[in-house]
Amino acid sequence: MSETLKGAERYKAGVIPYAKMGYWEADYEPKPTDIIALFRISPQEGVDPIEAAAAVAGESSTATWTVVWTDRLTAADLYRAKAYKVDAVPGAEGQYFAYIAYDYDLFEEGSIANLTASIIGNVFGFKALKSLRLEDMYFPPAYLKTFQGPATGIVAERERLDKYGRPLLGATTKPKLGLSARNYGRVVYEALKGGLDFVKDDENINSQPFMKWRERYLYCMEAVNRASAATGEVKGHYLNVTAGTMEEMIRRAEFAKELGSVIIMIDLIVGYTAIQSMAKWCYDNDMILHLHRAGHGTYTRQKTHGISFRVICKWMRMAGVDHIHAGTVVGKLEGDPNMVQGFYDVLREPYLHKNLQQGIFFDQDWASLKKVMPVASGGIHAGQMHQLLHYLGEDVILQFGGGTIGHPDGIEAGATANRVAVEAMIQARNEGRDIMNEGPEILQEAARWCSPLGVALDLWKDITFDYASTDTGDYVPTETPGS
Amino acid sequence: MKVTQGTFSFLPELTDEQIKAQIEYALDQGWAVNVEYTDDPHPRNTYWEMWGLPMFDLRDPVGVMEEVQACRDAHPNHYIRVGAFDSTRGWETLRLSFIVNRPEREPGFRLVRQEVDGRQIRYTIESYAVTGNPEGERYGD
Repeated sequence: MSETLKGAERYKAGVIPYAKMGYWEADYEPKPTDIIALFRISPQEGVDPIEAAAAVAGESSTATWTVVWTDRLTAADLYRAKAYKVDAVPGAEGQYFAYIAYDYDLFEEGSIANLTASIIGNVFGFKALKSLRLEDMYFPPAYLKTFQGPATGIVAERERLDKYGRPLLGATTKPKLGLSARNYGRVVYEALKGGLDFVKDDENINSQPFMKWRERYLYCMEAVNRASAATGEVKGHYLNVTAGTMEEMIRRAEFAKELGSVIIMIDLIVGYTAIQSMAKWCYDNDMILHLHRAGHGTYTRQKTHGISFRVICKWMRMAGVDHIHAGTVVGKLEGDPNMVQGFYDVLREPYLHKNLQQGIFFDQDWASLKKVMPVASGGIHAGQMHQLLHYLGEDVILQFGGGTIGHPDGIEAGATANRVAVEAMIQARNEGRDIMNEGPEILQEAARWCSPLGVALDLWKDITFDYASTDTGDYVPTETPGS
Repeated sequence: MKVTQGTFSFLPELTDEQIKAQIEYALDQGWAVNVEYTDDPHPRNTYWEMWGLPMFDLRDPVGVMEEVQACRDAHPNHYIRVGAFDSTRGWETLRLSFIVNRPEREPGFRLVRQEVDGRQIRYTIESYAVTGNPEGERYGD
C-alpha cells in the first residue's frame, strides 16, 4: 500500500506517484461537509488501481504531473482531493469503483460550471486510464443550500395548474420539423382540447426557416387559450426558448411571458451556466422550466465511460429545472427499470437512501431543494398505462407524441384515449386493484364506453421495445438463503 | 361542454360507491379530506367556498360522504369537489381533488380576445354563467 510522503521528501522536485503525494488516504473518513464523487475507473494494463484512483483525485483537484514547490504556500493538505476507497466492480474485470472526497472550499457556491470544471474537467482524457465514468456524487446540505434548486417544483406546479393525484399528460408536436406555425398550433389545440395538460416543442424546434419563433409562440398561445376556454382547465405549451446566445434566449422567454405562457423549455445542450441562468429567470418570472435532455446519450449510455444520468439528474435539480426527461422503462429509448427508478428517486425524493440495485451509492439529504417532475417520453402509448404508473408513479409527465397524434381518429381522439386511460388506471389503483395484473382488463373496461381508447388499444396492442439495456446496475439483489 | 377540472373528470360521473372508495384511499394515506363548492368554475378560481373545515379527525369515509351529501342538498346546482390534503414535509398540499357534483347544464367559457399591439392578443376567459349573474343565481339554484 502506498504511504504518503511527508515534508521535504514530499516536495522534492521531480515526479512521484499520485498515491504518495497525498491523493490516496486509505483511512480517510470523509467530513460531513465533503463532496464525494464515485468514479468507475478502468486502468490501463499494469496500472495499479489505487494509483489510478489517486491520479483522478489529483487531477480533479490540485495536482499536476510533477511536484511544484508552490503547493507549500497553500493549505495543500486540505485542498488535495483524497481517494479513500477502491472496490472491484462485481462481475467486471479490470473495473474499480473509486471513492474520492473533496473539501467544499474547492468549489464556488451555487455554480454547476465550477463544480464540473473540477470533477469532470481534466480527468476523462487521462492516458493512464482506458476509460472513466462518474457514477454518483454526494453533496452535503451546506453546499446544496447555495443552490436555488427548481424554479417552481412539483408542489407549486401542481397548485398553479390545479391538477392533483394523477400523472400529467403531454405530447410533442409531430412532425417535429416542417410545420408552419398555423398548422403547428392546430396540433396543440386539438391535443389540449382532447385532454392533454401540455403540448411541447421538440428539442430541435427553435426558429427555422419554415417556422420562426415569434410566429410559433403567437399561434401556440391562441391554441392554449382556446383549449383552456373549451375545457375550463389550465393548459400549457412548452415554448422552446433555446437559441444561439443567452441574450436571445432571454428575449424569447420575455415574449413567452408577455403572451401569458405558464411554461418555457430549454435543451440540455445549452450548457450548465445557461440552464442556471434560465432557472433564475423562471424563478423571478413565475415560469415553469422544462428541460429536454438533448445530447445526454453521448455520455450517459455506456457503462464504462462518461457520466451516469443519475449524476446529471442531481446537477439539474441543483441547477433549478422543473422538468427533465428521465426515461420510460417501457418506451423506445434506453432505460433499465432499476436505473430509471433510481433517476426518478433522485429527482423527486426529499431524502435518498443508498440503494445499490438502483445505482444510488450514497444517502443524500436534499436539504429541502424542491422536487423535479420527471418526464417519460418516447414510444409510449395508452395500452402501457398500468406499467407506466407502476414503474414511474403519479408524479410524472407522460408524453405521448406519436401515441396522441398518430391516432386514426385524430389528435383530439388520441388525447382523450390517453386521458381516459390515466384516470381509469388511477381510479382502479386507488380502489385497491392490482393494476400490474389487471391493467389490460381495466383499460378494456374503459374502452367499452370510450371508443377512442378502444381504437388506440387495438392499434398499438403489440408495440413493445424489448431490447437489452446497456446502462444497467452492477448489483443484483442477494437471495435470502433458504427463501 | 363539461368542465374537466379534477382528477376524474374524463370518466363517467362517479357513483357514490366510487366516491367513497376514493375517500377511503385518501384517508388510508393519512390525508385530511375536505369539501368545497362554487358557482364560478373559472380555471384560475383557486378558492372555492369551504363546506366546513378539512375533516382532520374524521377517519370514516361514511362520515365524509354525509358531508358531501349535505353540501349537495344545500347546493344542488353548484360544482362540488372533494380534496385531500397531505401534511407531510415536502408536500403540504393537495394530493387528490375531484368533482363530485356539477350543474345540470354547463354553458362553459367564452374566450375574449382583445386585439392589442401588432399581432398580439390579450386573452381573457369569461364564464357564460357567471358574467352578469351574481353568486347563487348562476346555474338556476
